Amino acid sequence: MPNFNDILIMLPEFFLVAAACVILVADAFMKPAERPFLHWISIAVLVVTIYLVVRGQPSGSVTAFNGMFIRDGVAEILKVFALLSTILVFIYARPYLVDRKLFVGEFYTLMIFAIIGVMLLVSAGNLIMIYLGLELLTLSSYALVALNRDSKLSSEAAIKYFVLGALASGMLLYGMSMLYGATGTLDLAHLHDAIPQSTMPHLLVFGLIFMIIGIAFKLGAAPFHMWIPDVYQGSPTAVTVFIGSAPKLAAFGMAFRLLESGMGDLSQHWQLMLAVLAVLSLAIGNLVAIVQSNLKRLLAYSTISHMGYLLLGLVNAGPEGYAAAMFYAISYALMSTAAFGVILALSRAGFECEEIEDFKGLNQRAPWMAFLMMLSLFSLAGVPPLFGFFAKLLVLQAAIHAGMMWLAIVGAVFAIIGLYYYLHVVKVMYFDKPVAGTEVRLQPDFTLRVALSLNALALLALGLYWGPLLGWCKQAFAG
Amino acid sequence: MFNHLLSLLIWLPIAGAVPVLLAGSSRPNTARWLALLMAVLTFAVSLYLIPQYHADAGGMQLAESHLWIAALNVHYSLAVDGISVALILLTTFVGILVIVGAWEVIQDNPHQYMAAMLVLEGLMIGVFCATDALLFYVFFEAMLIPMFILIGIWGGPRRVYATLKFFIYTFLGSIFMLIGLIYLYLKAGTFDLHTLAALPLTLKEQSWLFFAFLIAFAVKVPMVPVHTWLPDAHVEAPTGGSVVLAAVMLKIGGYGFLRFSLPIVPDASMQFAWVVILLSLIAVVYIGYVALVQDDMKKLVAYSSVAHMGFVTLGVFIAFMLVREQGNTDAARLGMQGAMVQMISHGFISGAMFSCIGVLYDRLHTRSIKDYGGVINVMPWFGFFYVLFAMANCGLPGTSGFVGEFMVILASFSANPWIALFAAFTLIIGAAYTLWLVKRVLWGEVTNPHVAEMKDINGRETLVLGAFAALVLIVGVWPEPLIHLMDSSVTQLVQVLAIHKV
Repeated sequence: MPNFNDILIMLPEFFLVAAACVILVADAFMKPAERPFLHWISIAVLVVTIYLVVRGQPSGSVTAFNGMFIRDGVAEILKVFALLSTILVFIYARPYLVDRKLFVGEFYTLMIFAIIGVMLLVSAGNLIMIYLGLELLTLSSYALVALNRDSKLSSEAAIKYFVLGALASGMLLYGMSMLYGATGTLDLAHLHDAIPQSTMPHLLVFGLIFMIIGIAFKLGAAPFHMWIPDVYQGSPTAVTVFIGSAPKLAAFGMAFRLLESGMGDLSQHWQLMLAVLAVLSLAIGNLVAIVQSNLKRLLAYSTISHMGYLLLGLVNAGPEGYAAAMFYAISYALMSTAAFGVILALSRAGFECEEIEDFKGLNQRAPWMAFLMMLSLFSLAGVPPLFGFFAKLLVLQAAIHAGMMWLAIVGAVFAIIGLYYYLHVVKVMYFDKPVAGTEVRLQPDFTLRVALSLNALALLALGLYWGPLLGWCKQAFAG
Repeated sequence: MFNHLLSLLIWLPIAGAVPVLLAGSSRPNTARWLALLMAVLTFAVSLYLIPQYHADAGGMQLAESHLWIAALNVHYSLAVDGISVALILLTTFVGILVIVGAWEVIQDNPHQYMAAMLVLEGLMIGVFCATDALLFYVFFEAMLIPMFILIGIWGGPRRVYATLKFFIYTFLGSIFMLIGLIYLYLKAGTFDLHTLAALPLTLKEQSWLFFAFLIAFAVKVPMVPVHTWLPDAHVEAPTGGSVVLAAVMLKIGGYGFLRFSLPIVPDASMQFAWVVILLSLIAVVYIGYVALVQDDMKKLVAYSSVAHMGFVTLGVFIAFMLVREQGNTDAARLGMQGAMVQMISHGFISGAMFSCIGVLYDRLHTRSIKDYGGVINVMPWFGFFYVLFAMANCGLPGTSGFVGEFMVILASFSANPWIALFAAFTLIIGAAYTLWLVKRVLWGEVTNPHVAEMKDINGRETLVLGAFAALVLIVGVWPEPLIHLMDSSVTQLVQVLAIHKV
């Protein structure tokens, strides 16, 4: 029987669901001119949710609803950063949406539902919960991708995303059914206990493989990355920036819950599988990114390579590795919001500013934006003293500690290859002359500029002082 | 006592870059004066190192250490020995001259140029101070960003190619070092260089680590065959960029060998010393010949840099043979000291040579040797300095170029006369390419009508060249203070060479 305590444990989620419903109804009664209120209300709701997440955080790990829902340090960190990045997304997206007449209440409602999905996913203690959280997140995302319904590119991306996403969910569900068949339980903690006693080890491994496919799909790791470039490029940039942030944190959370909480005893099987996925992602992501001329598509391939690095941390299969991977996911979310944020800040009605060509000579026209973009790109490339370098350092260390020196060397080699295309964009911004007749007009939105500056400068600040964040991540996995 | 001197040295120019940048493109003169002020201040602070550092005591001094990342046991720890002090002084000195040198030359966004130079200066000082391997690595890599920008924005026609090559090459070298450092960290639980030096390692581990370090520092020095980025970067870089690159950045490679390869993997360094010695000799002889055939002045000086840096690596690794095979610590000290003096001296000479080329380039906008000829007729003062630096470049006694090379050749003679023979080739080849360069640029009739219109150096240029000239002569005639400054540190390094870790 659910009791009051269960509800208290899930209070942030309940609050957010209630808020989403209120926003949905409020939107129906609002005049278009009043819509900015919706924007601020949504941000306020997320801020309050962060407060609730941090405030009510128990010291250890607690479960609610018979183990369905886990509230622990891992979930707390992931939720805080997912919510934080979504606040940034709201701020960055508004001028873009207004310019394109997409500034509608659905955007906010769908985003909040997606973020509820993220929160449920990272707190899941049961296979069913994982599936529910995932579906809530992805179904909202499908609709968000198609937000600009008159755009053929967006519709195509949404269909592609939907078909492939449904396939991946199917795989995941199939894997879950096998696990259930082998162990007779859906609860992750029971699953963990039941695996050593299972009489059907082959079925377990078979189920594991399907799970890994599902996880790889959600992360966007090669060879299950096909949807990433099209979705990143085809979605309105305001949505792309979301897809590149919170869902990555969620995918890490899902991988952690399934692989460690559920199937930690099978780690000798999944370590190698993840290593193979990591190598493929690094190779495909970095090599294909080199030839891209569209910045959104380039960043999409760079995402694939970053997921490869994230997997390097997971391969370690120990607290140190999980902390490194989570650190990586957080850093990636911040870097990607900053990079897409600059694209959004430079876009305007009728001009997407998403081709690399559009950035020519940016330093002469908008030096501050060029500087912020440079920070994000160098951070993505993993050049010290920026945040991205330390994230890479940690995952390489995790891989070496797991005895996979070869994997770390592969990671290092692809970091060099990856460097090229980031430098290429910096080159276009700083070394090329601007093309006549393509003047840059910055979004005048003040909050966007402030938030974007803080976001990008945080990459530098966290690069100089990242100890507490790492300590926080390590602590989450220590207990 | 105020014990944040080193931090001040690192962060003063970096923090100083912010107001320079904020001065904006609309107030270029404010930016220039501010940048100069910061550079002079940094130099003044670095001069304060001389009384603070006790040269006779040796060892790492002026240490400061704070916990940086508790979870990884990484420390923000700085300290200097005599070698670092000398290199820091070189850096801050060159830092002023490049800002003066760029005064009117850089018209396009001078504030960004000056700010990038200041940040670069701070990061280079950081490299020379860091005693934590991760901190070292951060400074070592972060240096690439301002240099990338400097070459890319204010460089020559093929600047994009050159700067990308520079960045990727250096990054390629250092990332393997990073993996080596992580490996060491996992074994020792710390990045502290002192602890790592005491860490016992098997020969196999040492060999892998040796090559990880070698590739990082060989690219930076640069050694044959990974030197190809240097001519491109030098040719395309703006004058100030070339000066900093040649005068200071190349030294970081040599410095890295002293801080990493020698103390952490001494046995592997001994075992593979022949590789480095062989590559150094190839650099001295073969690259000398390559320099001979260049028709671009900057390229010629760039190749001569590679050849001269060959002496640095030769001096460092010849010391191994001397200590371990012959037990001859005196000769080893001589070789090591020669290498260090060569680093400093090459900093002055190459910086001066590139500044001279910059002076010519600003007037005629070409670096091709054949466009000049008879320059002495119209620019007598310039000719005076140019000949002086050319002589120093060939290693004429009385200039700083002579001291280091002579010491290294002397030490290598004790090790193996054949090595000394090949090393001594530089005296001939170096003289050949340098004097021939002087002949073609300065002497003869004025054939190019544009040369006839060239004006002699102005006060600002005289200041830069004069400062370089004074130092070249002082170190050449009276190297004693410099040698004394580094002596106890070199002695300690030579002692480290003798320690077997296996």
